Amino acid sequence: MEIARKADPVINSTTTVKKGLKLKKILTNYQLYLFLLPALIYFIVFHYVPMYGVLIAFKDFVATKGIMGSPWVGFKHFERFFDSYQFWSLIKNTLGLSVTQLVVGFPLPIFLALMLNQMRSEKSKRFVQTVVYAPHFISVVVLAGMIYVFFSNNGLINNLILMFGGDPISFMAKPEWFKPLYIASGVWQETGWAAIIYLAALAGVSPELHEAAIMDGANKWQRIFHVDIPAIMPTAVILLILSVGSIMNIGFEKAYLLQTPMNQPSAEIIPTYVYKMGLQQAQYSFAAAVGLFNAVINLILLVAVNKFAKRLSGTGLW
Amino acid sequence: MSLLTLKNKKFTRRSKEDRVFDTINVFLVALIVILVMYPLYFIVIASFSDPNMIYEGKVWLLPKEITFEGYERIFRDSKIWLGYKNSLIYTVVGTIVNVSFTLMAAYALSRKDLYGRNVIMFLFLMTMFFSGGLIPTYLVVKNLGLLNTMWALILPKAVAVWNVIVAKTYFESSIPNELLEAAKMDGCSDAKFFWKIVLPLSKPIVAVMVLFYAVGHWNSYFDALIYLNNENLYPLQLILRNILIQNEASTMMISDLESLAAKQRVSELIKYGVIIVASVPLLIVYPFVQKYFVKGVMIGGIKG
Repeated sequence: MEIARKADPVINSTTTVKKGLKLKKILTNYQLYLFLLPALIYFIVFHYVPMYGVLIAFKDFVATKGIMGSPWVGFKHFERFFDSYQFWSLIKNTLGLSVTQLVVGFPLPIFLALMLNQMRSEKSKRFVQTVVYAPHFISVVVLAGMIYVFFSNNGLINNLILMFGGDPISFMAKPEWFKPLYIASGVWQETGWAAIIYLAALAGVSPELHEAAIMDGANKWQRIFHVDIPAIMPTAVILLILSVGSIMNIGFEKAYLLQTPMNQPSAEIIPTYVYKMGLQQAQYSFAAAVGLFNAVINLILLVAVNKFAKRLSGTGLW
Repeated sequence: MSLLTLKNKKFTRRSKEDRVFDTINVFLVALIVILVMYPLYFIVIASFSDPNMIYEGKVWLLPKEITFEGYERIFRDSKIWLGYKNSLIYTVVGTIVNVSFTLMAAYALSRKDLYGRNVIMFLFLMTMFFSGGLIPTYLVVKNLGLLNTMWALILPKAVAVWNVIVAKTYFESSIPNELLEAAKMDGCSDAKFFWKIVLPLSKPIVAVMVLFYAVGHWNSYFDALIYLNNENLYPLQLILRNILIQNEASTMMISDLESLAAKQRVSELIKYGVIIVASVPLLIVYPFVQKYFVKGVMIGGIKG
């Protein structure tokens, strides 16, 4: 727009010519549209077509009849889900897992970043960063494998417990241990990585602020509270919105790997349930309904949190 | 920070409170480093130690009764190497598709003179917040006839919105508009400009994209789990899952052993070994490319 206006303000003032300009602009930039084409096709085929495909949640989907040909059944599958004996335990497990993960996992990277930021030796700081980022690159399969070997009956942790005179625990068979293991392994893997963004925000704090605070006799503790924390606040708010907004999107991958026949009562969450119902038992419509329920709750949460954060702090996603 | 302030910072005497603070801080950070490193270190030493020593809790800091039996069996196993090969192919082909689609789209969207770019950006962003879900996506992949092909692992993950945002932000801030105008004056087309000028100026962001996508492909198992059921196509992570979680594939590797105890012993050893074999390539490369990853997170964060 700007370029066009600069180029010829007179022509631009009449609407008919403007329309012509629009077309001309599209034509002169046709190569850019070609650049966009692969990504656009991708998003349509693998995101928007499935959004249309979610209609099967309101139908009794039969593969041979296709999405349009299958008969409508209204909210039948949703009602079946709400009435199933697993409904409340699924909600409880899913929300319990993600809320705990948020409450435990959200503040830790902030603490870590504040601590690293206070380190006086640049060299050791860089070493610590290299170490704490590393687990992020371990695959979820390997992470789950590590949990299995460490927490097996003769594993490292039970040896430790024995050494301190306790009784061994069969962690993988106890429903009450699923959540702690899930959360703790997540903290171990992601805290360092999540601190990067806060470290970047802290690096952007102008040194003059700290110098002025030192002049006024502030110690490190006070400077953290009055300089560092206010500086990372906006970043923290945005990240909090994003994580609350994806609270129902808790990862399928790790939960599925950590499930054993024994810990099922607390380890079954909505995504793993959708997978089992839909792909293992081929109840496409029912599983799609459960998935849609999850996605809608998520969207509502995101919009609500964003609104709330905007009113409270003035920062939001949109 | 100027040199002067740096010097000042070093030579100002710290108050007593600050010295206590620093001591506690260094202590806590050291503790964190140990907590992060020890599990990884333990896996390494356990993979060389006799499993009976681990069972008895005698392996803590150094390997005990060193054995290479686990590695020998792993290296003899054809499944693992097939998985390695498959993962390598998927990673290379997938990353090429990812990076080219992402960078082209990101560049087009970074151009302010692209009519309709806000609408298209909105279309892309929407998919971050709402999706059809697992089942409808699976049905699309199935209907396209992609099941049990390599493309089922590549096409459904062809573009990550987040990476488009990162690359677009980078192009917007690092390719000056004057450059484009000058090139246009000389009759340079958009494609040529992108290829000859934008890409060579954007090596860091290309590196970031390659690394992000490649790690994602190398580490993923879920798409293979749902879209593939031909064992010859399994990527490494799926084979690892069978060994580590299902206790499955290792039956092949230990079929020559008679007693149950011996089988259990060796399969435990194999578990430690495969963790190392699967993670080593990444963990070796990682310290050298770390700065690119960090850069990627930061560009995304500024926009975020």
